[in-house]
Amino acid sequence: MLRQYYLIRGSLSRVLPLFAWVAMDMVLWGFITTYLNTVTSSGFNFVPMLLGAVLLWDFQVRVMQGVTMAFFEDVWSRNFLNIFATPLSISDYLVGLVLSSVLTSLIGLVVMLVLATTFFGLSFFAYGPMLLPFLLVLFLFGIALGVLCSGIVLRLGPAAEWFIWPVPALISPFAGVFYPLSTLPRWMQYVSYLLPPSYVFEGMRTIISGGAVSESALLRGGCLAAFYILFACWFFMRMYKHAVHTGLIALYSAETVS
Amino acid sequence: MLVKTKVLSVKQLHKKYRNVLAVDDISFDVGRSEIVGLLGPNGAGKTTTINMILGVLQPSSGTVLIEGVDVEANRSQALESTNFAAVYAPLPGNLTVYQNLRFFGLLYGVRNLTKRIDALLEQFEIKPFRDAKSGVLSSGEQTRLSLAKAMLNRPRLLLLDEPTASLDPAAAQDVRAKILEFVAQGTGGVLWTSHNMYEVEEVCDRVLFLSRGKIVLEGNPKTLAREHGKETLEELFITVAREPLTLGVG
Repeated sequence: MLRQYYLIRGSLSRVLPLFAWVAMDMVLWGFITTYLNTVTSSGFNFVPMLLGAVLLWDFQVRVMQGVTMAFFEDVWSRNFLNIFATPLSISDYLVGLVLSSVLTSLIGLVVMLVLATTFFGLSFFAYGPMLLPFLLVLFLFGIALGVLCSGIVLRLGPAAEWFIWPVPALISPFAGVFYPLSTLPRWMQYVSYLLPPSYVFEGMRTIISGGAVSESALLRGGCLAAFYILFACWFFMRMYKHAVHTGLIALYSAETVS
Repeated sequence: MLVKTKVLSVKQLHKKYRNVLAVDDISFDVGRSEIVGLLGPNGAGKTTTINMILGVLQPSSGTVLIEGVDVEANRSQALESTNFAAVYAPLPGNLTVYQNLRFFGLLYGVRNLTKRIDALLEQFEIKPFRDAKSGVLSSGEQTRLSLAKAMLNRPRLLLLDEPTASLDPAAAQDVRAKILEFVAQGTGGVLWTSHNMYEVEEVCDRVLFLSRGKIVLEGNPKTLAREHGKETLEELFITVAREPLTLGVG
């Protein structure tokens, strides 16, 4: 965490991404939803449906990237040998990645909330008390994705970073960020049921439509997210052990996929 | 009087990568206030051995004990009293000298860290670069920073993998003086790899020659060459590298 603080404090190129892209998303989707509200005669308010969905999705992506960016700093500075030759345990290392993500994603969340509520009238009271479990499920899944992706890069080498950046884009069609899961073909729905965010976005749409969220469905999403965190930590530990067994940590500066 | 208790004990260490035998059942000790040179040609297994001692490479078999603590079983505890500097492991260039020392000092759980960092900045003559990014330092300055980091936790075992490889002779002499100063305190031992036989003769109490993963010779660097019919340690090194069988070893 201290390392991330030092790096972020001293680098504009690290400060800006904490909020610049999510702020742009808020502005872009804020205007899109405002426009949709004016051209449709149904009187339906798109702001909490679409802008709120973008905000929640961006929050999860920021959480994931908070973990992977902290990990990539060690990749980019070829620091694994120095780090893993210290008494630091692997679980402590993972906790550090998660805490870094908590702080960086909170910055993004606050900026998004300020922009969405101030300029586009998004009210989170529209989601009621379910907002907290929504954020929690997305946070947990974001952490799981971040740790899993870090494990993949640890296993495959620095160039595998390029596999990681598109991960949120690959998941979003299945998560039903902008549309109900019933829109998807059956096989895609089966994938959606395995993704915790899909329960959040379904729940969000239910609330906006005046219905009641299925607490058991949301609980299932939370349990899935908790399971993915455990799986991701197990996977990372396996990859670390593999790297120690094969000498990959010592040779990590090599740009090879082994 | 300094008692030469063991700070490092390596027993039948063995590492095989698929079909490549990197380290072949080697055993040796490093005593407190002793500098042991680990010598050998490129690919002999020196860095592999150091990586196994540091716990970043799992041995195929054998044990590494640092102050009696098994690295594989109690990695964190064993590494608390260890540190290293290697020419191929520079500290992150995007952090300043101070930030690097603070970051690693916290990882090693150093007490009174600010005071310790100030002392090391003075000792290794890097105080003027305190707030400079490590990546912009010269090779010599970066080496001194790596050594300062290696001294942060007052290690009982210090591993140095070619610490003077990129230094000019004057800077290399300064670094050797710092290491000798550390050993003279009588708290720790050093395992040192180098290809500079002049340096090895000057600083090492004992040397181990590795060839193809095996320890083929061991002894006092000041007398070992003559014991094997060679004029200099460098000549002996070349023989070990090219024709180990002519020495009746390997």
